[in-house]
Amino acid sequence: MSDVGGYRWVRRSAAERLARFAAWLVVVALLVWSVRGVDIFWPWVVDAPAQIADLLGRMSPPDPSNLDLILAAMLQTIHIATLATLLALVLALPVAYLAAQNTSPNGATLALGRLIVVSTRSVNTIIWALLFVAIFGPGPLAGILAVAFRSIGFLGKLIAEAIEEIDRRPVEAMEATGANEAKVIAYGVVPQVLPTFFAVSILRWDINIRESTVLGLVGAGGIGLLLQGAIDTFKWQEVSLILLAILSVVVAGEFVSGWLREKVI
Amino acid sequence: MSRAATEGFRWRKPPFIANPALRYGIWLAVAAYLAWAVSSIPIDPQRIVAGFPRAAQIFGGAIPPDFARWQLLLSGFLESIQIALIATAVGVVLSVPLAILSARNVVPVPVYVLGRATVITARSFHPVIVAIIFVKAVGFGALAGILTLIVYTIGFVSKLLAEAIEEIDWGQVEAMQAAGANYLKVLLYAVAPQVMPRQIGLALYQLDINLRASTVVGIVGAGGIGSTLMNAFGRYDYDFAFAILIAIISLVFATEIVSGRIRRGIS
Repeated sequence: MSDVGGYRWVRRSAAERLARFAAWLVVVALLVWSVRGVDIFWPWVVDAPAQIADLLGRMSPPDPSNLDLILAAMLQTIHIATLATLLALVLALPVAYLAAQNTSPNGATLALGRLIVVSTRSVNTIIWALLFVAIFGPGPLAGILAVAFRSIGFLGKLIAEAIEEIDRRPVEAMEATGANEAKVIAYGVVPQVLPTFFAVSILRWDINIRESTVLGLVGAGGIGLLLQGAIDTFKWQEVSLILLAILSVVVAGEFVSGWLREKVI
Repeated sequence: MSRAATEGFRWRKPPFIANPALRYGIWLAVAAYLAWAVSSIPIDPQRIVAGFPRAAQIFGGAIPPDFARWQLLLSGFLESIQIALIATAVGVVLSVPLAILSARNVVPVPVYVLGRATVITARSFHPVIVAIIFVKAVGFGALAGILTLIVYTIGFVSKLLAEAIEEIDWGQVEAMQAAGANYLKVLLYAVAPQVMPRQIGLALYQLDINLRASTVVGIVGAGGIGSTLMNAFGRYDYDFAFAILIAIISLVFATEIVSGRIRRGIS
């Protein structure tokens, strides 16, 4: 069927097929290495579905007896996310200024800006929270600082990219009229970056709600504290209610942030 | 006349929100919210003041980082990488049927709603929360970490793959249907080839994300370098903890570069 006049159509050349085969070989080899090396007790894997089903059975129906506590903790979680996002914005603006190629004063400041962006992004919120709990003691303050520090890199990176993509002409026009550096930034750069700035902040706020739900597991405030408490005391029906509360707040946050972003762009 | 009008007039930057009532209303709402939110957070100034010498103590103890127990560090890392690889492979495979079920253009609406709801649920929970539940269900160790990252992978890859399926060129599907192909064949020969490059890109991107996440699920006991870090931190072993942190940052940085290069090479 695929032979036409002695020609046989094949989708890929021999070299392409070889490359694809090699890529698959690497993938399979890595997987075999992982499965053989990983520290798993295999009978537990067979048993896992039954265990998970058992746990889900113990979780239903959700128990609303501590609903008021859960709602208060959810509210605190949202507060942590919002305050942390605002704090992160304040901290991220100078970082973005340093990390953008066209505004950074020199090569050293550019490298410094990028180093800050990479390192705050690489350290997970919960690790930041461990650190701040050790410093400032347990409580929402440590949580706010943890979420804020984690966000600096994300915000700084995206705002710096927006700064790099601005139209140079307003900046040059400002410079030609003799405006100083501060005025060039205020009137030439900021108005162009403002829509991205708002969009990125709202996006990060949405992410931060999700991040704030875990802070309590290391003592840094929010709903995680109740979740950990309920798990430790085997109150599985309360756990399921907390999970439902997290789910609804995260989904609601996603809707709000989607609606807000449509408004500003 | 026009001269008189311009004199005494000072140019002002046009505001971002044109309507003054809305503009000041938003400022007022923001101020009110801030006052409410800040007042609801218990902040103890004495505790903050006491925090600075403590911070100095922690950082003093962390510097220089201690790489003497590099074997422990390495084995923790290898476990994290193995967890990430297995979870990505299983998760990417499982996300394909779920993505089909949650793509509006290839399944009936009730199925779509159910599929989407599953994906949203998987996406809404932070991996650490999923991890803590799995640790309770299946015990401490790498298995809980793998299950967690499978859920994480499904939430992310299914969503983006479903969006890719929704954006395909419908002409090829119609051509297959006109030729009398059944549903499965349409999926295999008209839909799959169009979304395959995207799926491979997503798999690599997710591997990158999972490597990162696998370093933290251990904090709640789900295996990998996170468990090592948690132990070091719990024993006030700050110089070893700092060494682990440096290693994590380097791993994240390296995977970002490698996966970026592979993705550029593919597309």
